[in-house]
Amino acid sequence: MRRCLAVLAAVALLPAAAPAQETQIEVPYTRFVLPNGLNVILHEDHTTPTVSVNMWYDVGSGREKPGRTGFAHLFEHILFEGSENVPEGKFDEWLESAGGNNNGSTNSDRTNYWEDIPSNALELALFLESDRMGHLLGSLSPETVDGQRNVVKNERRQSYENRPYGMAFLTLDSSMYAPDHPYSWPTIGSMEDLSAASHEDVVEFFNTYYTPANASLSIAGAIDTEETRRLVEHWFSDVEGRGKPAPITAPTPYLAYEKRMVLEDRVQLPRIYMCWLTAPLHTPGDAEMDIVSGVLTDGKTSRLYRRLVYDLQIAQDVFSFQGSSAMSSQFCIISTARAGHSLDEIETVIQEELDRLKAEPPSKREVQRIQNGYEASFLDRLERIGGFGGKADALNAYYTRTGNPDYFNEDLSRYMSLGPTDIQSAIQTFLRDDGRVVLSIVPQGKPELAAGRPSTE
Amino acid sequence: MRTTRILFCAGALGVLLLSSEGLEAQAPDRSQPPELGPPPTLSLPSIERYELSNGLQVMYMPKRNVPLVQINIIVKVGQADDPDSQPGLASMTATMLDEGAGELNALELSEAIDFLGASIRVGSGEHTTSIALHTPLSMLDEALPLLADVVLRPQFAVEEVDRQRRQRLTQMVQAHDEPRAIAQVIYDRTLFGDAHPYGIPFLGTAQSLTEMSVDDLREFHRTFFVPNNSVVVVVGDVSRDEITERLESVFGDWSPGSVPTSTHTQPQQIQSREVILVDKPGAAQSEIRIGRIGVHRKTEDYYALTVMNTILGGSFASRINQNLREDKGYTYGARSYFDFNLLPGAFTAYAAVQTAVTDSALVEFFKELDAILEDVTEGEMTRARNFVALRFPSRFQAVSAIAGQLGQLYIHELPEGYFNEYVQQILAVTKEDVMRVAREYIDPQRVAVIVVGDREQIEAGVQALDLGPVHVLSVEDVLGPPPEVPGS
Repeated sequence: MRRCLAVLAAVALLPAAAPAQETQIEVPYTRFVLPNGLNVILHEDHTTPTVSVNMWYDVGSGREKPGRTGFAHLFEHILFEGSENVPEGKFDEWLESAGGNNNGSTNSDRTNYWEDIPSNALELALFLESDRMGHLLGSLSPETVDGQRNVVKNERRQSYENRPYGMAFLTLDSSMYAPDHPYSWPTIGSMEDLSAASHEDVVEFFNTYYTPANASLSIAGAIDTEETRRLVEHWFSDVEGRGKPAPITAPTPYLAYEKRMVLEDRVQLPRIYMCWLTAPLHTPGDAEMDIVSGVLTDGKTSRLYRRLVYDLQIAQDVFSFQGSSAMSSQFCIISTARAGHSLDEIETVIQEELDRLKAEPPSKREVQRIQNGYEASFLDRLERIGGFGGKADALNAYYTRTGNPDYFNEDLSRYMSLGPTDIQSAIQTFLRDDGRVVLSIVPQGKPELAAGRPSTE
Repeated sequence: MRTTRILFCAGALGVLLLSSEGLEAQAPDRSQPPELGPPPTLSLPSIERYELSNGLQVMYMPKRNVPLVQINIIVKVGQADDPDSQPGLASMTATMLDEGAGELNALELSEAIDFLGASIRVGSGEHTTSIALHTPLSMLDEALPLLADVVLRPQFAVEEVDRQRRQRLTQMVQAHDEPRAIAQVIYDRTLFGDAHPYGIPFLGTAQSLTEMSVDDLREFHRTFFVPNNSVVVVVGDVSRDEITERLESVFGDWSPGSVPTSTHTQPQQIQSREVILVDKPGAAQSEIRIGRIGVHRKTEDYYALTVMNTILGGSFASRINQNLREDKGYTYGARSYFDFNLLPGAFTAYAAVQTAVTDSALVEFFKELDAILEDVTEGEMTRARNFVALRFPSRFQAVSAIAGQLGQLYIHELPEGYFNEYVQQILAVTKEDVMRVAREYIDPQRVAVIVVGDREQIEAGVQALDLGPVHVLSVEDVLGPPPEVPGS
């Protein structure tokens, strides 16, 4: 099939009456399943002669066992160290020699990998991905595990320990969930557990979770669908089916009271984190909380930015986000105090604004401002085929979470269909005063700068 | 309600489930990586360059598959144009552009842009200020006048200037917490000196920031923000005629003016090797920077240097990363780069390494800096050339990225055929070229070495390496005391 790219009913350049509009997006794909259970998604986009090969494994740090936190992510690192037909170091060397780039990432739910390559190197990427899916263990030595163990420990130092306020989320995870909940430990893991990971752990993890039936391969870009299907079938034909792990389950987490904590850090200014448990990814309430985040902190006129940073100037910054995951999400508001101002002052304002939104919904225009931003961002998502969040990655994400790779429109309409009272009721439901974690990070030796009085928990 | 329907068509609409047929039984040959066919080439639409009626230059490239438009205004003014007594003036001027403009105050302007689903981002560098509009095509007519207000009619209201002043002074306070920020400040100062614009932090100093007045900002804007000192870059789903008419209507009245010529001095090269150790008690890692002054962007050695640096430290498979990360496990990542600018920028090798191996990491860095002067292999040459050249087309997917590429042509006055020649120029670099530029630009005996880390743990080891004189500084020696923020 040749390039065919159409924009139907493209908007002419006419003065717009109001920005209320609905973008309809369609990302056509071909999907098939190999006999070994591997799901495959193909999408053609010939904008540049580039292809992205993207692999999702439906396993994240939530699957880890006690005493082995950080293992899923360590395993992701090991997967770049070669396989039976790819000597150590050659994975990157061969890809770079073909003009390719690659990366991987791990979160609590999944692990993803991608290779962005010129279109002539598609087969190289398929060779590499199929070799590490089907022929990994014969090449692995304890030294490989040790080498990446040190790299990951340095990743932990660089991303958390040596970064101001860097320990916040490691602390928050463990305080928001019961110790047996899969989200109670951080994906990066603890130093002790990283030291304990063994070669046997690698073998067991690979055999259980890195099976074709627990993975999805998505290829987007300058491909010919028929030819690509033939190549995928060829390179993955000798990868043995090894079954699919049972779905992960966990009791719905619940915060029954307000927890207060304080951490001292090498920082000049205190910072407050207020976090709640919220609706899981793609469930009712999830998109609402994304819009709540926009109403509170997106743009100068957002409720909290305007009061804390713009009008009162008691805070240097304020952020919020809905961190969506498959079994539970977290919503956090984060704000750093200006010199001479206290976290108590900041918390009081945050509380006032939350109370106000619980009593009275946001205006229609506030909600629409955030929706319009989402609508435009979906256009941006169509431009890039590769990397994290490119089309190949998005097709895999949607397939893994909803069963429908082309879930773009449905996803967008989750946002566009909401109104002010939906936002109000999400705030009432999720942002409870009597079920949250309030963490203060304060300069060393100054625990008295914490917001409120820390509970004994 | 209007509907935009975007369809990426694969020959059939929607989902296409292929039937299983012709499954082959033959197992793949894994004895060697598959042979690859010839690499594809990218054919770009030509860049159209023309002027509006007032002489404002336009660079235009269509990109029609997603209904988005990117319009970047680039003004040739930056940190290098700061008066000696007012470091930070260019950067503060840029920051103030979208803090109220035209008839709209800061809050109204921000809300108006956000409501369109568009963004206007202001950035300032050593020699340029850019104002970038990214908008859905459907909002172009509402967004473009706001862009023009930001560029032409910023308000510089005194209360907004004071607000930004406090914001920036607080950033200076927070820099004391950031090992990377501390390393950058002392590294730039050591290389370029505190009399050269590249050696001065872009925010300026607490004193210059405190003294900066509304009149200073207005005057700076009036002097440099003129059409004969600027370009408009347009990339997106809009025809040349459609956009030209709209640009005329919002920028046509912008009057030219005379711009003072920049007198940029060449930075003085590092003549010996010195170590600066900045004490950051309790740091889990040491931030390392090793480097010297490199070369400007228009050097004929640009392509050879790019290939050489890719071998040395420019990619994951490069020598520095393979050694310090993959072989030794000292770091999460180590790299090197050349900052090619209008004036010679830095050549830098850098990493954040575990505190306990700080001295060993320095040894490995110097091993690699020495070794690149000895030889490179043909395998490395092929990998580096292909890595740089064959990835080039992937830079042309998103309108914002393409506009960024076009902006580079303008800023560095690169030749018209630059994009078409790039791949061939990189592929033509020889081993002899690489060895020549390595020996010319990498001099391990004449470099600044910066280490920001826990002195108690690392000083003895660093001293014992005998790299050169070791100067120990405190964070306050580098950044000064945290400034007072008025109103607190």
